[in-house]
Amino acid sequence: MEMPGPDPEIIGRRENIIKALQAFIPANSIIAEEEGLRPFECDGLTAYRELPLIVVLPENADQISRILNYCYQSGVKIVPRGAGTSLSGGALPLADAITLGLSKLNKIIEVDYENRCVVAEPGVTNLAITEAVEDCGYYYAPDPSSQIACTIGGNVAENSGGVHCLKYGLTTNNLLGLKMILMDGQTINLGGKHMDPGGYDLMGIVTGSEGLLGVITEVTVRILPKPPTARALLMGFNSSEAAGKCVASIIGAGIIPGGMEMMDRKAIHAAENFVNAGYPLDAEAILIVELDGPVEEVDYLTDKVSEISCMAGATFVRSSVNEEERLLFWAGRKAAFPAVGRISPDYYCMDGTIPRHRLPEVLKRIADAAVRYGLGVANVFHAGDGNLHPLILYDANKPGELESAEAFGAEILKLCVEVGGVLTGEHGVGVEKRDLMETMFTEVDLMQQQRIKCAFDPKQLLNPGKVFPKLHRCAELGRLHINGGEMRFPNLPRF
Amino acid sequence: MSSVFEPKKIIDLEQIIGDALAQKIPLEILGAGSKRAVGQPMVTAQQVSLVSFSGITLYEPEELVLAARAGTPLMEIEKALDQFGQQLAFEPVNLGNMLGSKLAQTIGGIMATNFSGPRRIQAGAARDHLLGVEMVTGRGERIKTGGRVVKNVTGYDLCKLFVGSYGTLAVATDLTFKVLPASEKTRTILVAVEDEETAISAMKDSLNSPNNVSGAAFLSREISKRSKVSYVSSANASIAAIRIEGSAPSVEARCCALKKILIVYGDIQELHYHNSMQFWKEVGNVTPYVDKVGVVWRISAAPTNAIEIVRKISNNLAIEFYLDWGGGLIWLRVIEKRNDGGAVEIRDAIKGHGGHATLIRANEKIRSQVPVFQPQAEGVATLSQRLKSSFDPTGILNPGRMTYSPGPEHAN
Repeated sequence: MEMPGPDPEIIGRRENIIKALQAFIPANSIIAEEEGLRPFECDGLTAYRELPLIVVLPENADQISRILNYCYQSGVKIVPRGAGTSLSGGALPLADAITLGLSKLNKIIEVDYENRCVVAEPGVTNLAITEAVEDCGYYYAPDPSSQIACTIGGNVAENSGGVHCLKYGLTTNNLLGLKMILMDGQTINLGGKHMDPGGYDLMGIVTGSEGLLGVITEVTVRILPKPPTARALLMGFNSSEAAGKCVASIIGAGIIPGGMEMMDRKAIHAAENFVNAGYPLDAEAILIVELDGPVEEVDYLTDKVSEISCMAGATFVRSSVNEEERLLFWAGRKAAFPAVGRISPDYYCMDGTIPRHRLPEVLKRIADAAVRYGLGVANVFHAGDGNLHPLILYDANKPGELESAEAFGAEILKLCVEVGGVLTGEHGVGVEKRDLMETMFTEVDLMQQQRIKCAFDPKQLLNPGKVFPKLHRCAELGRLHINGGEMRFPNLPRF
Repeated sequence: MSSVFEPKKIIDLEQIIGDALAQKIPLEILGAGSKRAVGQPMVTAQQVSLVSFSGITLYEPEELVLAARAGTPLMEIEKALDQFGQQLAFEPVNLGNMLGSKLAQTIGGIMATNFSGPRRIQAGAARDHLLGVEMVTGRGERIKTGGRVVKNVTGYDLCKLFVGSYGTLAVATDLTFKVLPASEKTRTILVAVEDEETAISAMKDSLNSPNNVSGAAFLSREISKRSKVSYVSSANASIAAIRIEGSAPSVEARCCALKKILIVYGDIQELHYHNSMQFWKEVGNVTPYVDKVGVVWRISAAPTNAIEIVRKISNNLAIEFYLDWGGGLIWLRVIEKRNDGGAVEIRDAIKGHGGHATLIRANEKIRSQVPVFQPQAEGVATLSQRLKSSFDPTGILNPGRMTYSPGPEHAN
């Protein structure tokens, strides 16, 4: 992975840049010493590290606007950063760019129960939104596994999902409004507390844009009344095919569970040894199916789903008898990544999505490739929506293993695209999958995407080096190619 | 009469747009044309109709995905979904009757305009169900975005830009969307309410309860009378209507719970399957205004602001209205004749409330004299214009349909 080479001219101006920022940013919000910069050198994708030019931690939107305007005027690059939990290197610093940390914008601005929404600053954690409203019986639906730490601003940037998004949608489906600052310092408001404003859906394009279009300073999200009952069913199967068939039958029967997760043998064993969740250790695959709603609905669906799972050949079915047991079933799944971390010195988490019915074939080919690379792999799968997380086990201290793991990972993602899926379901492209973008998109597709970037950030100062494998200058992208200027097909039928 | 292209292959479409680009010929992009009368009037030399791009290309019920060519009639898609007990959950609406069109709308047109029905509050809008698009931009380039899976964050989500762009950015040829199981049962609780304020409270209490409400509307006594559902038309009262859908035991339970909440607001009746379906069709399709003349506006606002907005408007303008989306959507008809269709009063009333008013039904003269879409703040307008240029640099696709430019007689 190669990042754009740092601009020595900018690095040479470092002291001047710090001085200029000090004119409108309090000294304690600017980090310039190496020991202070060190914690910012990477995000959740720890294989890549770089010390930022400097780190600035603004306290409010006004300061952000002034920082961006200054950088715009003086040609300095910016890398926005929430909690730094990205698994794709979205917040990886650049040696010639300011890392703009949004951790100080951490207030919930308004809770509006009458319109069922919360207005929050971008540095508020995902979980803190639910915590602010749960006493009144509400919650914020998208729940990425990192929800304790990840911020709502980062969730918008990455369009984060979670285990409940089959039924409740991703971040983009739960957003009502955004306030953001463009690279030139200008503030724009998108949406608000109302739905479907007219005009182009700028909020939709900003969501999942990985910090390349602007800096979010305020987010309005929908909150939902919490379902009165939630119950989890734990099922074991002799094969992932059988588990996959069970998932298809549940959906085929018209049931959309709140969550539907699959784990393979290696992941089951790792998780069970870690948290003793009661997983059947003789199973090749387990499913956790969560049903929520009024108790009458949950009772009814529990019977139906149990019946379907038996028909699909489940060797083990257990329905949680209380909240404690439901959370225990989930504890194993939620701890799957750290659990795998205990059985291997390092692991590399992948994030492709596939059409669900291709799962058996994809798992088989992953297993074959694992043998070829001489590496282990554990699979965790958001079964309802086809989002697959293979965890590749490797040891970074063994020469060549990191490179092998990366090559194996790239092969898995290409496989996902080959079977009709996509490179990333929820972790983002970042730097990690940047060079694979051409397996999914043509040059023409990617150039149109970059023109969107140019519309927001014509000098391409925001988070450069991420998402796009090739950088084109905006002027070059804007050029229009007309062939000849003559009507090429005068004989086409015209009615 | 302008000439009409009816391309049958993507390559033909690319050529038509390429030619138009070379010769700077503005094109009007059409599905069936059922919503042609929405937007600023345009002057175009040629039309491009997508009706030959027709047919379902992929339907996998157990994967909850369906792909169709842009010109596929909605009816064909709904028929296919019905066989497997599935539906488009955003509840596509048919504004044809209200707009005076008998044409059968296409899936491309539905996505290009992003109109969603009463279930929008629970299941999301058309925009939330589009997974992938293949399209030809105003540069004459064929591009694709998204895919056939729900969970996808690979690259920018251009689906969102296409939805609601009224054919001004690109011409879609193929669309892939998420489909969902249709409910086994549907029921609607009607509450005879004193006035619109009581209705707003009743809707709010329902939506704030964990009963997963999938429709919440208010109709005045006068508007209720126009319903074909006799329980509604003979109620002789203003009504708040609350819909619940799902499996039988669940609907029963939630219906009971909601009745306990709603009884304090007025007398209660229940609509079962067919009546409930008919009622929400009327609400979504704006049927109450079909046989009534006059300009029709669609206002999107925070539910708690709806009443104040409507009051402010009615101080200066003779109107009637009904509410959908728990008060978040105001369908408003201007009864008196105004040269601007009441645009000034309506947009003034919204100011400070953060809502959006779109002129949906008006004659060409009125539509040429007022901004049909809510005027945007300068920063957003500039950005939108830059996005338009990135897709369609010479402005040949539906030129001016979404942007108001005053004619010479209005210029200062």
